[in-house]
Amino acid sequence: MIEGAPAAPARRLRDGACLPIATVLLAVLAIWYAAALVLNAPAARAVLPKQAGIAAFAGAAWSQTRPLLPAPQQIAGTLARDLFGWPLNAPRNLFFQASATVAEAALGLAFALALGILLAVAIVHLRAFDRSLMPWVIASQTVPVLAIAPMVVVVLGNLGLSGLLPKAAIAGYLAFFPITVGMVKGLRAPDPLQLDLMRTYSASRRQVFAKLRWPASLSFLFPNLRIAVALAVVGAIVAELPTGAQAGLGARLLAGSYYGQTLQLWATLVMASLVSLAGLGAVGLIERGMRTLRGGRL
Amino acid sequence: MRHAVALTLAAVLIAALARAGLAAGWQGPAVLGIGLLATAAAIAAMAGLSASDTLAARIATPALFGALLLWLWEMLVVGLHISQVLLPSPSAIAQAFTTHLPVLGADFRQTVLRAVVPGYILGCGAGFAVAIAIDRSPFLRRGLLPLGNLASAMPIVGIAPIMVMWFGFGWQSKAAVVVLMTFFPMLVNTTAGLAEAGTQEQDLMHSYAAGYGTTLRKLRLQAALPHIFTALKLNSTLALIGAVVAEFFGTPIVGMGFRISTEAARLNLGMVWAEITVAALAGSASFGAIALVERAVTFWHPSFRD
Repeated sequence: MIEGAPAAPARRLRDGACLPIATVLLAVLAIWYAAALVLNAPAARAVLPKQAGIAAFAGAAWSQTRPLLPAPQQIAGTLARDLFGWPLNAPRNLFFQASATVAEAALGLAFALALGILLAVAIVHLRAFDRSLMPWVIASQTVPVLAIAPMVVVVLGNLGLSGLLPKAAIAGYLAFFPITVGMVKGLRAPDPLQLDLMRTYSASRRQVFAKLRWPASLSFLFPNLRIAVALAVVGAIVAELPTGAQAGLGARLLAGSYYGQTLQLWATLVMASLVSLAGLGAVGLIERGMRTLRGGRL
Repeated sequence: MRHAVALTLAAVLIAALARAGLAAGWQGPAVLGIGLLATAAAIAAMAGLSASDTLAARIATPALFGALLLWLWEMLVVGLHISQVLLPSPSAIAQAFTTHLPVLGADFRQTVLRAVVPGYILGCGAGFAVAIAIDRSPFLRRGLLPLGNLASAMPIVGIAPIMVMWFGFGWQSKAAVVVLMTFFPMLVNTTAGLAEAGTQEQDLMHSYAAGYGTTLRKLRLQAALPHIFTALKLNSTLALIGAVVAEFFGTPIVGMGFRISTEAARLNLGMVWAEITVAALAGSASFGAIALVERAVTFWHPSFRD
């Protein structure tokens, strides 16, 4: 070991990611509390006597019932109450609302996987599809789909399709794009040398697909699957916004915004982020499982 | 090539004939037969066109495909007598578009020019500035980057009701949502791009005695451009979505999101689809413009070399 170099644990602390992330998180928390103090100051001043101390003032600013910006511990408290304070099948329970959103996002993701992979296979294998379809796949994403989500829900509702399916359709429409793009890239990833090798084995197109293209595409699929998961959750939440949606995080967001329940809004927002994170975690687990199955690499 | 052009012309002619036949009240089998003929001709034309590598063919193939989709939509809606309340035909949408042009223009001004454009510039600018600011501190970079990645995966659009509460019903709250939505992708991509320049090039700059600023300007920012353009393109779609969704939570009585939600509730779908057309045109135009600039500025990148 070089003299003067920091010892191993200290070096790991300095070069690792934990300490920087913790620092940034602490800074965010500090800024948050300060911002809550400033934003809620007028409301806090209104309820306090004139010569109240700074401690009483801060206490009042950080514990309003309808704060402009709730303090983090208030959000955590509301989240805990909404998650565990009601029976599981009560509409006020956040698990109940989140499970509706999760079901929509998951079904949408399944649609998206099927459609995305199918399109990618067609685009890679048929030249006419590549030329005619790919520009429209890209153009489909420049349409602000989320903007028309409520309308799709209304129209499908008139057709007698309500509940899970319309919302899953929107989640799927958003999520299929990254999957298609990633799969097209991945299916084309094998280089000419490898394709030539398959030719010398006189492999059929199906064999080239099963033994070369498909395995090569998986390492492109997973990063894009993460983006797709995040998009599917966003799509499900926005699809729940139109009036009439009874369950789901989006319906709760809308209700909270109508009645000015900021604590409920923030708690729902945190829950939505947790749902996204759980989805990302699940994809990570599947990826790790595949990696193990295939001997340590994708 | 000549065959493909002839086929295209034939397809267009037969398609027009089929539509005119529908208007004249022809019955099912005749229209179906002519329609299938037109579809077959169009597909054959596309197959022929895709074999050619000229610029015209590259544009004509997807254009033909789009026209085929629009025509099939029109034929199905008119031919099967689908209620205009459920799915208006393209011709009905075009009619709504032309008759309501002033309203659409006002909505476009309110949503795109007053909310999306300032929010997009502020959000992308702030993301870029923060990425440059934390560039000199590996500590901050290691702390901010994972969190930025996490934040890009979160449903940030859900913050819209809170922004409406803070900044009121006007365009300011929509711009704020757009700022938040565009900030993190820009931060993450710029940071990734700044790490792109190779050690050899950096060593070369060092041997020229170039300082931090010169290296940043002449080497690292240039190398980061492809990543920055990725974020710009991604954000151009995100920004429009953010502004429109924010309008669902409260708005003055003008704006694309407002119009879509109220007209959908009144089942006046022609107007809704006209508004969607405006959004699609705005989205495609901004995406295309950024892509053109990208091609001009990063012409050296492998993805643009043939």
